[in-house]
Amino acid sequence: METDGRVRSPKPKKIHSKRGTPPRADLLLRLHLESNPEALCLVRATVERATEVVHFPEDDSRAVVRSVDEALANVIRHAYKDRRGLPIEVTCRRLWDGRDTERPRGLEIVLVDSGMAVDPKKLKGRPLDEVRPGGLGIHFMKQSMDVVEFSRKKGKNFLRMVKYLAPSKPEEKQEGA
Amino acid sequence: MRKVLLGEIKEKRTPKVFLNLQNVRYVDSSGIATLVEGLKASRDQGSRMILFGLSRSVREVMELSRLQKIFEIYDTEEQAVSS
Repeated sequence: METDGRVRSPKPKKIHSKRGTPPRADLLLRLHLESNPEALCLVRATVERATEVVHFPEDDSRAVVRSVDEALANVIRHAYKDRRGLPIEVTCRRLWDGRDTERPRGLEIVLVDSGMAVDPKKLKGRPLDEVRPGGLGIHFMKQSMDVVEFSRKKGKNFLRMVKYLAPSKPEEKQEGA
Repeated sequence: MRKVLLGEIKEKRTPKVFLNLQNVRYVDSSGIATLVEGLKASRDQGSRMILFGLSRSVREVMELSRLQKIFEIYDTEEQAVSS
């Protein structure tokens, strides 16, 4: 696994900033993987660390890790048809609310692969009242994340997922003030 | 795991199959699919597949799949064995 993705802090790279406003997203890590199932556990561990940087609670952290794992498994299984050694890029960015410079707004994860185009019909998931194996990965991602978007550009599949931090409670804000 | 599980249920026809998941820290949709396959096989055989020792993470995935009430799940081995 090649990575330039050590968790970077605290100097964010400005992506969408205007003069006088804080950056809206900064790169936390970028992983260049190959389509090998062995990479899944490494990515899970790495993404879990990224969720800690954003201060997600444990259950939200597990939700993000689960979604990335399912998405990667789908890329390997469906887009690349279980062929090994093909490229996958995983990018994690910390999102900021323009009004709040202390607390990130959430985490954006983008997966890019060069595999087969995704069939939109398969992105809907399946009814859960059917007790049968398979078809649960998409459902897990949609249930666990706030945004799940697929697109295809220039022969590549892009999957963008976002998880927002729950608003902090008043007492937490007071403690941090 | 799939091979062992289905072997116990289909080939050995074990009437009660217990799955101790205490050391399972993570399960994905493929793992759930295997458990569902085992459950269906056990129903076909008229046997029982019983799970115990689920971590919070595994329970969450069961709930996401809405399978927590479909499987027989117990907290401890004692409860599972005496069921």
